[in-house]
Amino acid sequence: MTVWPDQLAPTEAEFDTVDMTINIGPQHPATHGVFRMVLTVDGELVVDCEPYIGYLHRGLEKLTETADYRQAMGWWDRTDYLAGMCCEFAYCDTVERLAGFEVPDRAQYIRVIMAELSRINSHFMFLGAFGADVGSFGTSFIYGWRERERIYDLFEEVAGDRMFPTYIKVGGVTMDLPENFESRCRWLIASIKQGIEDLDGLLTGNEIFVERCRGLSPMSTEEAIGLGITGPVLRATGIPWDLRKAEPYGIYSQLNFDIPTGRNGDVFDRYFVRLSEMYQSVRIIEQCLAEMPKSGLVLNPDLPKTLRITDAEVYVRHEGTKGEYGVFGMAKGGTNAYRMKLRSPSFCNLSALRRMVVGSYVADAVIILGSLDIVLGEVDK
Amino acid sequence: MSEVLNPFGSEIFGIWNWLDAIIRVVIMVTVMTVVVMYLIYGERKIVARFQQRLGPTRTGPAGLLQSFADALKLVGKEDLRPKRADRWVFEFAPFATFVPVFITLSILPFAQDWGVRNLPLGLFFMISALGLEIVGVMMAGLGSGNKFALLGAVRAAAQMISYEIPLVLSLLAVVMIAGTLDLNQMALQQDRYPYVILQPLAFLIFFTAMLSELHRAPFDIPVAESEIVGGYFVEYSGIRWSMFMLSEYAAMWGFSIFGAVVFLGGWQFPMGEDWGWGWQLALTMGKSLAFIFVMLWVRATVPRLRIDQLMSFCWKVLLPMSLVQILANGFILVYGGPYWLLTLTSSLGAAVLVAIIMRQAFRRSSTKTLVGAYRTQLQVPAP
Repeated sequence: MTVWPDQLAPTEAEFDTVDMTINIGPQHPATHGVFRMVLTVDGELVVDCEPYIGYLHRGLEKLTETADYRQAMGWWDRTDYLAGMCCEFAYCDTVERLAGFEVPDRAQYIRVIMAELSRINSHFMFLGAFGADVGSFGTSFIYGWRERERIYDLFEEVAGDRMFPTYIKVGGVTMDLPENFESRCRWLIASIKQGIEDLDGLLTGNEIFVERCRGLSPMSTEEAIGLGITGPVLRATGIPWDLRKAEPYGIYSQLNFDIPTGRNGDVFDRYFVRLSEMYQSVRIIEQCLAEMPKSGLVLNPDLPKTLRITDAEVYVRHEGTKGEYGVFGMAKGGTNAYRMKLRSPSFCNLSALRRMVVGSYVADAVIILGSLDIVLGEVDK
Repeated sequence: MSEVLNPFGSEIFGIWNWLDAIIRVVIMVTVMTVVVMYLIYGERKIVARFQQRLGPTRTGPAGLLQSFADALKLVGKEDLRPKRADRWVFEFAPFATFVPVFITLSILPFAQDWGVRNLPLGLFFMISALGLEIVGVMMAGLGSGNKFALLGAVRAAAQMISYEIPLVLSLLAVVMIAGTLDLNQMALQQDRYPYVILQPLAFLIFFTAMLSELHRAPFDIPVAESEIVGGYFVEYSGIRWSMFMLSEYAAMWGFSIFGAVVFLGGWQFPMGEDWGWGWQLALTMGKSLAFIFVMLWVRATVPRLRIDQLMSFCWKVLLPMSLVQILANGFILVYGGPYWLLTLTSSLGAAVLVAIIMRQAFRRSSTKTLVGAYRTQLQVPAP
């Protein structure tokens, strides 16, 4: 029994307080997959954060070395599984640049349409899940899922599969578009625009949402670059760095679109950059639909049956949905790649988590993690 | 004197009086349980419609038996207790939340002279009994041996203690006008207009504090699903978990009837005394369900506040507003001012409160125009 000689009750400084460790994940609704972060909290305040990854590691890079260039494709759209087409695009671009193949014009447009639809798909998932992180009981989630279902329906009509279509292929795309694609796609775009507006009204139009996100974990451009952050999180700090403009690949140099940027790099800006990006993706798709050659080849006919690439080395970087999706490819003869390295944006962005989370509240830690928009297939490869 | 103290029976200690009370309590608890089951069903259906889903459809016609199926499942589940839990605290926590909530139902007037008992200090009893709920919540949080539960319980304690003050002060403003704490008397006084007309500010504060006391969105911080996965009852399963749910929804309904009686005229307004008990019962049910519908509406659309924002809203906005309201009421009533003056001051206060809440909304126009700018750049015909 402690005796307090001077006063009746101890002051706060005299209490023996202990920091508490709480384990968020791998089975926790806020981690968006199998990610685990161990928070050391002083009451509600986070004093330390230790992320653990690797629960979804599948050995993608090593697996790719064991299979033919075209067989390995199926594993790559499982990296960023919310935007499979973007990953296929980057992988195929790498192999094409290794081997030096041209892609037919029509296939170029189809690829961009599919990649941008995937981007919208991924951002819808972000908006929905982020709304749920902030606490809006799944309404935003379902709003996002409604549009995602429609995008997946279109993917199914085009490629035969919804989430992992394996539609983009080395040298083009697997098959031509169905006949009614253009009208279906225009209908889908109208639906997407309505969906973005619905979510905009539900989240941006909500006082509590804005109050929760504004000014939370602000970040300067220098700091973001120093931490290797790319994508919407970097653009939220105010720098218009988008590889579709900075290092155009495919036919992006012919397309007209803007790069939305934020001002403070806080959670609200990250959210808002993604929201605005979706309108830009819609713009890109509409231009592609208008300018696309109405017929023509969609697959390079010069491709050999067995793809052998002699000594070559290339680093291709695409603007994935989360940031710089870079693929380093190395060929040393034979039918398989000698090395295929993925620089995944989610993994690099996640490295900033500790810097962002420490000093915030537990409730905010969940939102900050959500605002990074990681996808665990890409983090763990 | 005994008439005043106990208007439903002539004697307090007679055997028939006790038998009468027991029968009323049994009826009350049965009705309550069934109503709560349909509240859960209603919540699932209504929130589903907000989210473009259907909600339960399979169990019974239109899913009407879903809650019974759930209850059966819950009874059949294993009653788990974590190894690190404090046995007695853990096992008695559900009762400690369940009992205070059901006690409050014994004083609610469902219609004229319909209720278990009518207490002259009914309003006071209601608030003090509901305040006891926090004991069960703390027991659950501390006894579970789980850090999420502990965080949830501490959050709940801080929140409930804070919001009890504006809640009581807003009711006090009405009590000043009514001059009684007897809920039946309060309902009787509202035959011409309900008190919400005289005290809109008090009504707003009451409703906000009520959401907080019930841990409903946007104040569901102690049970935050996406942060602390259910809060204080995270370790409970089976029948004990269902007792938490039962008391949560019972408190929701009880609070709604209470608010309907104090602010919306309860069974009295309009035409309650003239059209008989059927109409009175319909009024009570209609008003309380309207309260609950608004709660569900808020839950389906509004994100969660953070704990410091919640506290600053309580202490910096709600508490001063309710104190000013009481001050204004006191001046007007002491100097015998007309009742429209009450309406005027309170409406002004309500306007200020709404303005304080909306002040960010006006500042937000810049971001809206940013989206608008992108929208005009698209230059595409409407679908």
